[in-house]
Amino acid sequence: MCWNFTMWGVMRMRFEDFINEEKRGRKLPDVILEREMRETGVPIELLRREMVKLLNVMLEESTKQYGKRQRTLSEMAGENGYLMANHRAKMLSEFSHTATTVALSLAESNAAMGRVVACPTGGACGIVPAVLYALKVHMNASMDELLNAFIVAGGLGWVIEKNATISGAEGGCQAEIGTAAAMASALLVYYFTHQGERCAHGAAIALKSMLGLVCDPVGGFVEVPCVKRNGIAVNIAISSAEMALAGIESVIPFDEVVEAMYRVGRSLPESLRETGMGGIATTPTARKIVMEMKKHKKFKW
Amino acid sequence: MSLLDVVGPVMVGPSSSHTLGVLRIARFVHKFMKGVPEKVKFVLHGSLADTGFGHGTDKALLAGIMGMRADDERIRDSIEIAKNVGLRYSFEIEDLGEVHPNTVLIIAWKNGKKVEVQGSSIGGGKIEINRINDCECQVNWEYHTLILVIKDLPGAIGNILENVSVNISNLYLKRIDAIERIAVAIVETDEEVKEECLEAIEKNSYVLEFYHVGRDEDAL
Repeated sequence: MCWNFTMWGVMRMRFEDFINEEKRGRKLPDVILEREMRETGVPIELLRREMVKLLNVMLEESTKQYGKRQRTLSEMAGENGYLMANHRAKMLSEFSHTATTVALSLAESNAAMGRVVACPTGGACGIVPAVLYALKVHMNASMDELLNAFIVAGGLGWVIEKNATISGAEGGCQAEIGTAAAMASALLVYYFTHQGERCAHGAAIALKSMLGLVCDPVGGFVEVPCVKRNGIAVNIAISSAEMALAGIESVIPFDEVVEAMYRVGRSLPESLRETGMGGIATTPTARKIVMEMKKHKKFKW
Repeated sequence: MSLLDVVGPVMVGPSSSHTLGVLRIARFVHKFMKGVPEKVKFVLHGSLADTGFGHGTDKALLAGIMGMRADDERIRDSIEIAKNVGLRYSFEIEDLGEVHPNTVLIIAWKNGKKVEVQGSSIGGGKIEINRINDCECQVNWEYHTLILVIKDLPGAIGNILENVSVNISNLYLKRIDAIERIAVAIVETDEEVKEECLEAIEKNSYVLEFYHVGRDEDAL
């Protein structure tokens, strides 16, 4: 049934409120799960189990798709994860190299109708698993530690969804890939510090660097430029988390950055919100690719 | 959206509205008909018609009508599978009028019966079934759902609901014809409604038409 609860005015949700609860001595993941329980009536233990399921799928798929060649729907992508996996990084750390490879591989798997976790969306599905997998492989993180950091990332993404949007059609790429980068940054910072306030700084720095990013998929396919943006955004998440760990703070608080992101999204013209009618999608090469595709039987009903 | 909606769900790519949502609409029809139909026609509207080609919307619809779950890895091969099981299918493009841009009308035939279901993929994998045969409705399929076309008479709804022994989560009632005195009721429950209750509802003299679709196992 379609009940629109927003009409009744839901309780406001700020990441700051979660942090304040944490300052009163509670654990941040517990605060977030309790809020979900209040809203949906689903018991906390069941929620935790559901989160574990998602986490397991992410790690399984990261292992399975790592560096794999994919046959994507439009075949504009499919080799990126493979190339990155077989390249010996000159500048990236091992951690970042692994994360980049996973992000590219999962985004390509998504484009090839593979199994993914839409965290927060299909188009941005590579970023959060990438940092989880890198933590597991390079930091030997336990499932418990990963789960707690994942819940914090989820809570942060939830705040963005409540106060802005996580849909590219509504807010552009900044709302999808930008949200994923903010979530991944918070995840990393929580893993290393267990401090909500620092997570907010990491996430704010990440989201600020994605502000204004438009959604301009060539031919409407979730491939160009989406796949590579997954690979790049995970590095924005890692570097902003590193800054937060160094003690660098975002001058503008996270919740205000979220509001700014929403305002920017709303002022984007429709041509730059998932319609495939602006940005990269309307370059001469993109037009040529789409023309060629339309001649092909595969792309007709 | 809930926290779990933000961090999930598990699905098959590439897009929650073009694959996950449409798969769930088709899977609703599968559950509604209690099995795979012999023949099915998918009528695509708006954005599904424009950008669904090559997006896997065709594969997702076929997978759903055959009852596959949203994270089934056979979805990408569903066209082959449909051919192998002998399902006759067709896709058509048509303007369905003032509806959500991602709307599909599914017409399916099984054992000499024809069913028409129209649904919209409203984003993030969420769906809204907006027509079942001639009955207009709004069903999100997040609960066990009973859809009833009933007589618009005093005491009708109370009499019918007496048969529902489990707790009712949501109830929606709307008059659709004041002269013929017909109303539509949608009853949503957390727990499954028992078989004998369903039979009693079916036999109830106030009930003109009755459909029951259990909650999807994918839903929490």
